[in-house]
Amino acid sequence: MTTVQQATTAADALAAAHTYAARGAALTKVYGHGDTRVVALDDVDVDFRRGEFTAIMGPSGSGKSTLMHCMAGLDGLTSGQAWIGETAIGGLDDKGLTRLRRDKVGFIFQAFNLLPTLTALENITLPMDIAGRTPDRAWLDGVIDAVGLRERLGHRPTELSGGQQQRVACARALASRPDIIFADEPTGNLDSRSGASVLAFLRTSVREMGQTVVMVTHDPSAASYADRVLFLADGRIVDEMLAPTADRVLERMKAFDTAGRVATKEI
Amino acid sequence: MWRTTWRNLLAHKLRLAFSGLAIVLGVAFVSGTMIFTDTLNRTFTALFESTAADVSVHPAAAFATGVTGPGGGVDRLPSAVVGQVRAVDGVAAAEGYVRTEGVYVLDQDGEVLDTGGAPGVGISWFEERALSPSELVDGRAPEREGEVALDRATAERTGYAVGDRVSLLTPGPRVEAVVVGVFTFGEDGGLAGASLTAFDLGTAQAMLGLGDEFTGIDVRTAQGNPDEQVRDRIAAAVGDDYDVTTAQEQADERAAALEEGLSFITVLLTAFAGIALFVGSFIILNTFSMLVAQRTRELALLRALGAGRGQVTRSVLVEALVLGVTGSTLGVLGGFGIASALRAMFSTFGLTLDGGLVLSASTVAWSYAVGVLVTLVAAYLPARRAAATPPVAAMREDHVTVERSLRRRTLVGTVATVVGVTGLVGSFLVDGGTAAQLVGIGGLGLVLAVIALSPVLARPFARSVGAVLPRLWGTTGHLARQNAQRNPRRIAATASALMVGLALVTAFSILGASANASVDKLIGTSLRADFVVSTAVGQPFTPEVAERLRSVDSVDAVTQVRFGSALLADEETLIAAVDDTTLDRTLGLDYSDGGSAELAGSGLLVDQPTADRHGWAVGDTVEMVTPTGQAAELTVGGIFASNQAVAPALVSLETFTATGGSDLDRYLYLDVADGAEQSVRSAVQAAIDPYPVVTLKDRDEFADEQKGQVDQILMLINALLVLSVLIAVLGIVNTLAMSVLERTREIGLLRAIGMTREQLRRTVRLESVLISVYGSVLGLLLGGLLGVSLTRALSDQGISELVVPGVRLALFLALGALIGVLAAVWPARRAARMEVLDAIATA
Repeated sequence: MTTVQQATTAADALAAAHTYAARGAALTKVYGHGDTRVVALDDVDVDFRRGEFTAIMGPSGSGKSTLMHCMAGLDGLTSGQAWIGETAIGGLDDKGLTRLRRDKVGFIFQAFNLLPTLTALENITLPMDIAGRTPDRAWLDGVIDAVGLRERLGHRPTELSGGQQQRVACARALASRPDIIFADEPTGNLDSRSGASVLAFLRTSVREMGQTVVMVTHDPSAASYADRVLFLADGRIVDEMLAPTADRVLERMKAFDTAGRVATKEI
Repeated sequence: MWRTTWRNLLAHKLRLAFSGLAIVLGVAFVSGTMIFTDTLNRTFTALFESTAADVSVHPAAAFATGVTGPGGGVDRLPSAVVGQVRAVDGVAAAEGYVRTEGVYVLDQDGEVLDTGGAPGVGISWFEERALSPSELVDGRAPEREGEVALDRATAERTGYAVGDRVSLLTPGPRVEAVVVGVFTFGEDGGLAGASLTAFDLGTAQAMLGLGDEFTGIDVRTAQGNPDEQVRDRIAAAVGDDYDVTTAQEQADERAAALEEGLSFITVLLTAFAGIALFVGSFIILNTFSMLVAQRTRELALLRALGAGRGQVTRSVLVEALVLGVTGSTLGVLGGFGIASALRAMFSTFGLTLDGGLVLSASTVAWSYAVGVLVTLVAAYLPARRAAATPPVAAMREDHVTVERSLRRRTLVGTVATVVGVTGLVGSFLVDGGTAAQLVGIGGLGLVLAVIALSPVLARPFARSVGAVLPRLWGTTGHLARQNAQRNPRRIAATASALMVGLALVTAFSILGASANASVDKLIGTSLRADFVVSTAVGQPFTPEVAERLRSVDSVDAVTQVRFGSALLADEETLIAAVDDTTLDRTLGLDYSDGGSAELAGSGLLVDQPTADRHGWAVGDTVEMVTPTGQAAELTVGGIFASNQAVAPALVSLETFTATGGSDLDRYLYLDVADGAEQSVRSAVQAAIDPYPVVTLKDRDEFADEQKGQVDQILMLINALLVLSVLIAVLGIVNTLAMSVLERTREIGLLRAIGMTREQLRRTVRLESVLISVYGSVLGLLLGGLLGVSLTRALSDQGISELVVPGVRLALFLALGALIGVLAAVWPARRAARMEVLDAIATA
């Protein structure tokens, strides 16, 4: 196992932080040892520009979720370094990582995004409440109006539809104005109409509110909402597509399937 | 299928050990209580059975008196009766004997051998070996005045051997004698701490001033004559003046009396056993629900592979069975621990139990029945749920707990509340035993009511009292409060254990504090004496002490007090015999009419309740019948406010002695010249030095001694509190662990969006504190109601004051909160240690 030393000076980091909301250099993640050794990320360099909506795609086991988890500080790296803004994740202990997630990162998961005991509004402000910060009223109002949930703020998650719940989760991710938002299959559990409204909102947050969003998905039409699509396979970034459309993404994905089948046949 | 069951048991060792612990504790309480009771019975039955020959003859009491021993006077049985008994068909041997309490051996330092409150018994040596329960192990039997034999335990404890000189305190004068023999008593030599001193018959008779009379006759029946037949024949021969009983009857009677005397401790222990088993079954229900929920996929797979419903249910129940049997086995062992702890505790109270602990077959049977049954019943629901797992459940993620309506709870709780409140309110309207019974019924009703209603009350409590949490701890407080409201049934069941334990302790604390305050008030208002002379545990002592004290300079008055029982106008009444000439100088009674001057001769003073009950006024004539059958016409000479220092009725020493009352004193009240309280003390102490059985106390010391007894009982109860707290902690830990497990994904989410480990721990901790404080508050309220009602109901037992020990109760509440903090340690750590990714990924 080789350790990749990253010789980046503080000045470089600062300069980079102006341009990029998050960056990763030589990201490597290995699970297990010996026979069970699996390389989930294999020396990946990646960066996410501020105000850009990126979709990460790839077949199952390509490492797309691992990439997201490692970038977001949910999982540790075997080697390499990742930055959120100007903060290097690798040097942080659990407390530092927790604070980073709380203050700099927004999360949207596929399911179970909300605490059932809290109302929609309480869920939205939860990260700031945990931090003991007062939300920026005007920003919060803007976010709430953008997701269109003003009427339902006092409701508990069980009283909301799946699409509404995901929009509350989006609002929560945005409410603290994080450097970057990571969304893990945010529309995976939704019907296409609810999914479309969530995706439209994410795009609006990037275009009009200047947010940065990274979304893992396997749905080509979801990916078409993004500004660019990164394709992963076997722990490596194998392709990048700017201004994607659903059809083009689908075509590219089919190529993976064929490659996969060819590979299987070869064995 | 069996292999799966076994693997599961091993896989969940920790959690099973945890739920097993509750069963262990519950069974330990049950078996401990039974082992202790059996041991007690064995010791005493052995004592009585070996004391009693096949049949015994005693002078008949005029009525069954609650007062036994020397207080009730000396039994007298003419020697002619022995001849009558010997002549009865079926009597192999009969011998008259003398037996008395109040004989104490002084050890080599001249101190009374500490029998721990057990009696010092003096007996005459039986000539007839077949009748003697004693077996000489050294020396010979006492044959003349100045010779005694000691029981082996007493000899060992004092270090006396054959040939040594000993001093003895007797109901008569102090005696010097030579030890001529050492003997064992009964089958295992056990005397429950009592000391036994044997004299020759003549010396024993002289000691009690009996002449040639006896205190009883022991009979051995001839072979082929059942005890009952011989008893009937003897009864016919000696007439109604004598009670004839078989050994079995005597043993049964004493055992019954003993059981009644100890019913308090049995009830208390059973209550704690109940709490433990209640919590135990609840923990098991929780644990198995968790295990089944975790294994949903596995069970579904089993079902898909063709396992029948019955097989799945059985596999879960077999796990429960193994747990129940293991828990019960350990519980029985734990019961030994509890029983020996009780034995140790009782020996400090003066009840020494010799020999090993008794483990009877029924104790084992009950312990296993209770332990296994509770486990199986608690596991049945989860087992059923496991069997109902559809094969497709392998794909589903959430097992939602359906919340059942609390309507039935509310209904049951309301009815129980009505019963409870009616009982308590009713207890305030009546007096005496009825009031205490009503408190009992009311108390039980309220406990049931609170258990039934606590799920209903849990949410309002969390909402109202829990409102301080968000204010003090922000979001973590808010989440804790919300979490505490999620499953009111579980919260209520968890809090109930603490509730019942604290309610009992609170009630007894109020009762104890009130009793102590009452002692202070009584001594402050009615004790005029400067000193009190008495034995530590109220044993009677020789009147020689009073005589010696009267001759001490500056001692102005000595009031002798004796106690007995008699029928006054056909109602059994506790009577006190006092020195009428000095009464006013040492005891200030509050007379509403008449006074102590009218007590002399055949005067009678009664307290207000007694006078009211009979409609007596000063000048009325009342007939008194004593247990010996002697009667006297007494004239009511005064009526005083009820006073615990004396009895409801007072007679003169003259009257008491003339009607067969004991000539031993229970208390001496001393009045000394004003200003001489300090200087005279050493002279008074010197006067009683030859009688180490009695002690001298000034007013404060006397008050402390009285209160000490109350405090000892409170200590016993507090010791049980510790155990009930332990059980309550187990319940809370289990509930929290279950909640943490159920909320794994929530925890993952919270950690992902930036909650620190410490914040997460605090959330669990605050929820725990909220639960424990809920239980504590319910317990304090309930215990407060019970304590106040109980104190009121016992006001005619001398508890005249009502004191609510605020500081102590506040400490209980603080303890409740602390329990919450401690119980949360492990579940909170578990929650905080969860890996964020794993928690999120859990489906």
